[in-house]
Amino acid sequence: MLAKKINAKLKRAYYYFGFNEVVSYDEVMEHANLLKSLPNDESLAAKINGYADDIEAFFKNDDEKKADSEFSADFAKDEPRKSWEHYTENFPEDIFEGGLEPVDDELEEATEIEPVVDDDELDDASEIASVEEDDLEDVGEIEAIDEEDIGEIEAVDDEDGEIEIVEIEEEEPVVPAPPIQPKPNKTKIYLNGELKGYCDDPVNFTREMREKRRSGGISHEMNITYYEDNDEIYIFNDPGRARRPLIIVENGAPLLKDEHLNKIANGKLKWDDLIDGGLIEYLDAEEEENSYIAMNLADLNEDHTHLEIDPATMLGICAGIIPFSDHNSSPRNTMEAGMTKQALGLYVSNYALRTDTRAHLLHHPQTPIVKTRIIDSTNYDLRPSGQNFVVALMSYEGYNMEDAMVINKGSLERGLARSSFFRAYDTSEKRYAGGQVDKFEVPDKNIKGYRSEEAYRNLDEDGVVNPESYVESGDVLIGKTSPPRFLEETGFGTVADKRRETSVTVRHGEKGIVDAVLLSETVEGSRLAKIRVRDTRQPEFGDKFASRHGQKGVVGLILSPEDVPFTEFGVVPDLIVNPHAIPSRMSIGQVLEMVAGKAGCLEGERVDATPFNQTLEDEIKQQLINNGFESAGCESLYSGVTGERIDAEIFVGVAYYQKLHHMTTDKVYARSRGPVQVLTRQPTEGRAREGGLRFGEMERDCLIAHGAALTLKERLLDESDKYQAIVCDNCGMLAVFDKNKNKKYCPICGDVETYPVEISYAFKLLLDELKSLCIFPKLELGDKA
Amino acid sequence: MDDIEMKVMETITQLNEEENLDIDFPESYIDDLSKAYVGKDLSDDELKELIRKLKQAYDRAHVEAGEAVGTVAAQSVGEPGTQMTMRTFHYAGVTELNVTLGLPRLIEIVDARKDIATPTMDIYFDEERRNDEEFVRTLANQIGKSTINDILKDFNLNYGTMEVEAVLDSKKIEEKRLDREEINAVIEKTFKKSIINGDELIISSAKSDKSESKFEIRELRLLADKVRDLQISGIKGIGKVIIRKDDKEWIIHTEGSNLKEILDMDGIDHVRTTTNNIHEIGEVLGIEAARQSIINEAQNTLSEQGLSVDVRHIMLVADIMTSEGHVKSIGRHGISGEKSSVLARAAFEETGKHLLNASIRGEVDDLTGIIENIIIGQPIPLGTGSVGVKMDYKKE
Repeated sequence: MLAKKINAKLKRAYYYFGFNEVVSYDEVMEHANLLKSLPNDESLAAKINGYADDIEAFFKNDDEKKADSEFSADFAKDEPRKSWEHYTENFPEDIFEGGLEPVDDELEEATEIEPVVDDDELDDASEIASVEEDDLEDVGEIEAIDEEDIGEIEAVDDEDGEIEIVEIEEEEPVVPAPPIQPKPNKTKIYLNGELKGYCDDPVNFTREMREKRRSGGISHEMNITYYEDNDEIYIFNDPGRARRPLIIVENGAPLLKDEHLNKIANGKLKWDDLIDGGLIEYLDAEEEENSYIAMNLADLNEDHTHLEIDPATMLGICAGIIPFSDHNSSPRNTMEAGMTKQALGLYVSNYALRTDTRAHLLHHPQTPIVKTRIIDSTNYDLRPSGQNFVVALMSYEGYNMEDAMVINKGSLERGLARSSFFRAYDTSEKRYAGGQVDKFEVPDKNIKGYRSEEAYRNLDEDGVVNPESYVESGDVLIGKTSPPRFLEETGFGTVADKRRETSVTVRHGEKGIVDAVLLSETVEGSRLAKIRVRDTRQPEFGDKFASRHGQKGVVGLILSPEDVPFTEFGVVPDLIVNPHAIPSRMSIGQVLEMVAGKAGCLEGERVDATPFNQTLEDEIKQQLINNGFESAGCESLYSGVTGERIDAEIFVGVAYYQKLHHMTTDKVYARSRGPVQVLTRQPTEGRAREGGLRFGEMERDCLIAHGAALTLKERLLDESDKYQAIVCDNCGMLAVFDKNKNKKYCPICGDVETYPVEISYAFKLLLDELKSLCIFPKLELGDKA
Repeated sequence: MDDIEMKVMETITQLNEEENLDIDFPESYIDDLSKAYVGKDLSDDELKELIRKLKQAYDRAHVEAGEAVGTVAAQSVGEPGTQMTMRTFHYAGVTELNVTLGLPRLIEIVDARKDIATPTMDIYFDEERRNDEEFVRTLANQIGKSTINDILKDFNLNYGTMEVEAVLDSKKIEEKRLDREEINAVIEKTFKKSIINGDELIISSAKSDKSESKFEIRELRLLADKVRDLQISGIKGIGKVIIRKDDKEWIIHTEGSNLKEILDMDGIDHVRTTTNNIHEIGEVLGIEAARQSIINEAQNTLSEQGLSVDVRHIMLVADIMTSEGHVKSIGRHGISGEKSSVLARAAFEETGKHLLNASIRGEVDDLTGIIENIIIGQPIPLGTGSVGVKMDYKKE
């Protein structure tokens, strides 16, 4: 019994000092002393002392030591800690009082102190913050796998200037390297950007290093470059470099021979074997500077060091998606490489299980008819991000001027370019100091900040929305109340009355159907609710689309299917693009894609349009002719309105179009009146805050230049932060209006004559700030001129 | 022509009196009117009509009262300014001569920089001498900086005797039209221990006797540099000189500028010779010349970049910069920093400084400017805000 009591006491003492298991007396005391020096709260110090005394007593008293075996087993079992309560249930209440909490939980507590007011308006900022957190995690992971088998290269420079490469054992303790003596007239060697040593024969050194890499002596992830002009060697083996494979060439002949290719075909050789065998190596951007790469086998000469596996391998994932990119002007390819990242598609296959804050999903993604080999090798077909559109290249009543495009309403109604937008909302029942917690519930009417009853109509009894209910902006998704922000005297009255409403509502300007409701638990064990709202997006005016050739544009007209021009065969285009988009931009790839796409459709097979390959032109033309079409891809179209034949031959083809995630619904905005900032009383900024559109300095200058004095005043004062100030006639300071006495008076001069003056609130603020700087701004009033 | 001009002037005065017009044409208009009067063989009535029409057109072209000319000028210069390439250096026309152009130059002009990056001069010659190549070359060598290095044939350091041995090149001296006597005088004056023997020069250090080993090789080298860099001709502030034959005449371009001394020389065309240093023009030729120089420089800089800005905008800038008799900059230390209104100054730059000083002095802002009125929220005294209603006291 006594032993148990002692044990419990000791356990508490140990726990207090942050130990999970029994450790030596000295260690505990050291920790206790450290803690003692921290707080200046006397009672706390006394408590720490008390615990320290307990431990001391335990170790001193041999009789009681027998208790040791019994209790230490509890800790020493090496079990993972069950929960926080598991250890604390027997603890006296006072242990968590005061500033110091159990050491383990201290950090967690600190981070969640007081949940800041939900500013859902700052959505971008908060999203960025969350992304950064993710990134940090990634970085951590990368660091963990950082050390390669190459080890660390240390250049030891002995007297005769020879370089030795010493592999440092991993176990070896890290000793700070002595500063490297500068040695002029020798080649500097940098490892991952850090000066590591010098060498006398840079050419042979780099050659040897490369040979070692090819023979497997060093990791194939190492790249070495010798810059002759500044006589420096750069070695890189760190993560994050873009590298690409090339066939090694020696004496004008590629090392990769037909025999290897045969073996590959038979499955006897794998990619890794080619690298291990030193036939193919990866170069980074730096080492490319030291190499002479032949594009084709035919170009090879004695000087070449490498041969492209295929010229198209120099393209990355994004640029590799572009068919016939060798026929496009380079800016268009660059643009497309950027835009394809914005295309909607099947971004993950487990989207139904995920709660991304925002996600777009294309409803019926298609594999492109015109593809490239890069598309094959990146498995683009498994998660495509576009659809094959029948495109006519013609103007249509000016509705496709300036890169706008006319889209067929019939196609849209059949699901073309339709997408879903998912937004996840989440919140949890947070715990606060003093045992207070948030609560999911349908808030009571007399709660502080109660919204209209209407806003809560979708909530179930538990305070969370039901799936498949239609919600609009302002509707509550998770009803939640929080304890009052400042603990006031709780002696009388009910605390519940003072609880705040902190529900999660649908964002301003958004709507949708509740797609999924997830109830879970946070790390701390409090209830967590995640709600995903889905919104179907049928293309509308202003939605952005792009082909794979940097030809982007917005929908300018959604044309009824009966009005869309049709071909002799009754084919109706999905999209009408203006021909002016082509010549000045020289995106011939688009023209070729359309013809190839058309031929592919007619033949029922996909077309390979990998850049830098032999021309398919004749083949495609023949295919079109075989199917009864004109070889150039032009057709006669008939007006959908009058049925007359359109005089000009219209170029019609099939192109892969991508819907980009810039959509009108996310951007349309206007404001006439709305919220103002508290400090300046000027309109808020930004769509999410229902803000105004800034009438900036240059806009102001324009009105000045036009002499539009009153328009200017209207913009800057009347429609912004107009304020009626009362000015004391005597001292020129702002006077005060006493509402109770219905009387105006000057705080300095007392009961004197005052006049109302129309000024901007910002100016009033300026006057106030001047006063706070001990500058006395007087307003001398005069009659209006 | 004078008679005709008198006639035109008389007609104008007559019209002013008879029809109560207020005609006050600039000189060039009178000139044009006179030409038209003679050239078109106008009758007196026709001349009158012409003057009336001209008056109408002239009035129409006038800027109206209350027009925000300053803002318009700022926008008219500022907008093309955004298109200016940031490229600083450019070799324009003249070979080897490097002149600051583009935005940096424009900023330099507007800031009224005292030390401009690349001062240059264009020197023209009077009528008799503008085709006299010999004269121009002589003058160019007088103006341009020449050092011993430019006229050397051979140069040696004698480590045995610790002397600098140099041989001058008579040909080069001739080419440069330099005076042998003068060169010798300069050398003798600078280097106390020098022996001049025709083309040959032997110079030893003045301060120590070489018998002692104190005189080190380093010192000899320094002496050699000194010898080579000794300036034997040229005007202060002017470096390299480039002679160029224009269509008809010889022109000298210089690197560096010294307008005052150049204008003092014989054979110079005092009208066309100029520098790109505005302050120098202001000092030598007066403030009106400086104003014209600002206009020329700014417009040349803009037009060189293929931008055309109406001169009148630039003229306004130049007027304001020179209105107080010396060249002031636009900006903190000039126009903007000297505005009468506290609020306007505080709104521009150095807010704290202006507010503090104003509060110390008890400054009063009479709210006559644009910025002040925008701050307090009144209609600005410009354009439609420049008019008011006044009570007519006569009518009861």
